Amino acid sequence: MSDRLTLKDHFRESRLVNDRLIFSAILAGILFAIILARLAILQVVDHEHFKTLSHNNRVGIEPLPPQRGLIYDRNGVVLAENIPTFSLELTPEKVDSLDETLTSLVKLFNLSSEEVAEITKKIRQQRGFRQVVIRKNLTEKEVALFSVNQHSLTGVDVVARLIRHYPHGALFAHTIGYVGRLNERDQKSVDGREYKGTLQIGKTGVEKEYEKLLHGQVGYRQVETNVQGRVVRELTREPSHSGQELYLHLDINLQRVASEVLADYNGAIVALEVKTGGILAMVSKPDFNPNSFVSGISSKEYDLLRDSVDRPLFDRSIRGHYPPASTLKPFIALAGLERGVTRSESKTFCPGWYKLPGHEHRYRCWKTHGHGIVGLKQSLAQSCDVYFYDLANSLGIDQMHGFLDIFGFGRRTGVDVPSESRGLSPSREWKREAKNQVWYPGETLISGIGQGFNQTTPVQLAQATAMLAMRGVYMKPRVVKASRNHNADELTLVPIETGESLPVVNKKHWESVIDSMVEVTKGPRGTARALGKKLPFDVAGKTGTAQVFGIKQNQKYDVEMLEKKLQDHALFIGFAPADNPEFVVVVVAENGGSGSKVAAPMARKMIEQYFGLVASAL
Amino acid sequence: MRYNSSGYKSTPERWSLTLALRAIHIDALLLFGLLVLLGVGLMILFSAGDQNISLVIRQLIRVGAAFLVLIILANIHPDRMRDLAYWIYALGLLLLIAVLVVGDEGKGAQRWLNLGIVRFQPSELMKIAVPLLVAAYIAERPLPPSLFRIAVCLIMILIPSLLISKQPDLGTSLLIAISGLIVIFLSGVSRRFIVGIILTATSALPVLWYVMHDYQKQRVLTFLNPESDPLGAGYHIIQSKIAIGSGGLFGRGWLEGTQSNLAFLPERSTDFIFSVIGEEFGLFGVGMMLLLYLSIAGRGLYIAGQAQSSFARLLAGSISLTFLVGVIVNVGMVTGLLPVVGVPLPLVSYGGTSMVTLLASFGILMSIHTHRRMMES
Repeated sequence: MSDRLTLKDHFRESRLVNDRLIFSAILAGILFAIILARLAILQVVDHEHFKTLSHNNRVGIEPLPPQRGLIYDRNGVVLAENIPTFSLELTPEKVDSLDETLTSLVKLFNLSSEEVAEITKKIRQQRGFRQVVIRKNLTEKEVALFSVNQHSLTGVDVVARLIRHYPHGALFAHTIGYVGRLNERDQKSVDGREYKGTLQIGKTGVEKEYEKLLHGQVGYRQVETNVQGRVVRELTREPSHSGQELYLHLDINLQRVASEVLADYNGAIVALEVKTGGILAMVSKPDFNPNSFVSGISSKEYDLLRDSVDRPLFDRSIRGHYPPASTLKPFIALAGLERGVTRSESKTFCPGWYKLPGHEHRYRCWKTHGHGIVGLKQSLAQSCDVYFYDLANSLGIDQMHGFLDIFGFGRRTGVDVPSESRGLSPSREWKREAKNQVWYPGETLISGIGQGFNQTTPVQLAQATAMLAMRGVYMKPRVVKASRNHNADELTLVPIETGESLPVVNKKHWESVIDSMVEVTKGPRGTARALGKKLPFDVAGKTGTAQVFGIKQNQKYDVEMLEKKLQDHALFIGFAPADNPEFVVVVVAENGGSGSKVAAPMARKMIEQYFGLVASAL
Repeated sequence: MRYNSSGYKSTPERWSLTLALRAIHIDALLLFGLLVLLGVGLMILFSAGDQNISLVIRQLIRVGAAFLVLIILANIHPDRMRDLAYWIYALGLLLLIAVLVVGDEGKGAQRWLNLGIVRFQPSELMKIAVPLLVAAYIAERPLPPSLFRIAVCLIMILIPSLLISKQPDLGTSLLIAISGLIVIFLSGVSRRFIVGIILTATSALPVLWYVMHDYQKQRVLTFLNPESDPLGAGYHIIQSKIAIGSGGLFGRGWLEGTQSNLAFLPERSTDFIFSVIGEEFGLFGVGMMLLLYLSIAGRGLYIAGQAQSSFARLLAGSISLTFLVGVIVNVGMVTGLLPVVGVPLPLVSYGGTSMVTLLASFGILMSIHTHRRMMES
């Protein structure tokens, strides 16, 4: 009976379990259907969405930075180039033992503990596949040292990069300027797209002014990256285009002479090609090595440059403010003639001082005992102050300012080097606005000899001198002559810009002023008579000695007694040949003491170089 | 070889192979399904494992070892297994406790027991021991079981589940509990009772939350909103969905999946291998995979239905259904339907012990099917 019962139970049990099995199978089927539906949603309905996400996951865009355009002088000499530098870099994820590698690197390259601290900090901050720079600008010896020990330094590589290099160092430091690390402020001022992958940007000089041309056009490549962001392969490539090459008016030989003759004087020399306004030489002293800035100057070195009392970073040629002193006199003389205030034949008596009618104050001539009776020619040649006090008094400040304004005094020349200063040509309006004071007649006299409020920059003096040489035709001073596409054959000339010319009232007035300037370098009593000796052409010039330090009424100026810093600035302006001008030169030697003794000989050297006259043959 | 007009091998030879297999207690259909699945699995593993052939070879060796276990188990009579159920269970419990005391740690979890030559996960033994014991115990008396027996069964399930969740291995713990519960369900407990259990379980959820590890809680939170932590815990699910979704209808092709080959997809040779299938073979491919799983489980369920004792019926049913649950949980997990609980894709994911356990359980299925006393003979 129990057997029968079991059998019956067994049958019942089978049915019971099988019912449940069928139920479970159906339930499992439903769950599988749900899963299949889910998969269909992901793979069919939302397919495009996920395809995009997958694409974005793996495809990255990498910039290919362009090569910066080279800069040449007028002879084709390279002034700014791109050279490969080698840096020692470490890829943390490729290194087996970081500690061991660092220890051997310290031994090989004498890394300081600060350097090691910096490196370990970077390693911690960055992702493992990103290189960490161990040392920049490796020497050949260091590269060799690495090669020999390479086997024990897995994960360490020497990486070559192109960086800007100025082969002539300090010679063009101010005019060409330098490139430096592209910082956040630069990022805001440029098209971020164009600067992807670019590390450097023009910071000063031509490098800054012509940044757009020099930079070039960035290229891109599409790459497939893996989850670590490492490039697996390249998909497409849009190559970059190198920046334009620049050809400058500057002549390296003339620039060298300018730098040599200025020697240890602080100051500036500017030389122009009269017919084009091209700047042949532009030197500011003291200078500095622009290469220091290229790959990041150390703060110690920078502080030294910044805090030096001589201010080597300051570009005196376009920013230095100097009283033009007697170099302004030719312009004042021309103003007097053209405005009909005086005539070429008029004479003035110089007793060594000048008094305004009704005033007791004596305005002194530099020659204590006076020049006696002098005309225009003698006054310019000997730089008589009294003649010009009288002339200035007759002209009045308004006419004087108006005339000098057309010559560009008190205005930026617009030279293609950034951060130019405007100088100062004083006027009644200026004094009212700046100082809230009325103009005093005495100030007119002081302005007439280029002292007082007058401030000019060397490039401004050069441009005005060129305008005088060109008999009133204005040319904008230019450093860059032409540009060329990387692989193009032809140069694109930078157009010569002329501006508002000075209306000539009487050509004779100009010739008489220029003749007087020739007298300066040629006449027996000319302040720069040494300059004109044994030259195949006439040089029109004018010396200037600018007071830095005021002398009281009855004091004497004693060179020996004065500290170097308080000595007068020595100036010279001139052009040659006087009758058919080609070349303008302006010299400013700070604390040089005397325009005729210090500045004029420098100008002579520049003229010799430009016209190819060898000094010994003369 | 002779072929008939329709291209099939002529009947006598096919049958002779089947009969030869039957002689060593191997079920030909189940074996065929398993071999197809394992073959496909190795192919996918090659792609998922950065085309590293040595990984595939290691997996192949495991498959070989697992088949040895399968054949051995297939040749043990189900009645012997039933007799040994208590001992196996006791051994499993002992090893579980040993793991908690002296086990090796791997990935922050203590699951492994180092036996010198092989490292062994005792929790895997429990995957077989629990349904085996519950089925043996519950089938001792007529079905449906009494309340007392159900209570005993629940305790039998609960102890190893809790021990394993302590390791912590939520996925395995869950699968073991489910395999035991399936036996209870199949044994015919009343529907009212089942509803009661579900309600109790639901009310126990807060308690479960309380005892869960932080990383487990994180997984649940991430499951609820994966985008909240795209680079942390949500990263797995997001990348997995991208992989599957970008596969489209027919996929990018074998070895062409960028999500997996460029390593965007984490755990791609283990828990997330299904995403690789989705990316490289598309909806068509994953559909075929699911069909293959259903076929194998279907054969298992058929074997359960044909079994000659309640014990065998319950055990075979539990093995087949647990196998399906593994697939559902894994695929649900990689498609973002379920939280990431760390359940591998059965027979495809890279890993040793689960491969052995799974094939062992199929060995049991074959044993059940091939040890039937043939009525007609």
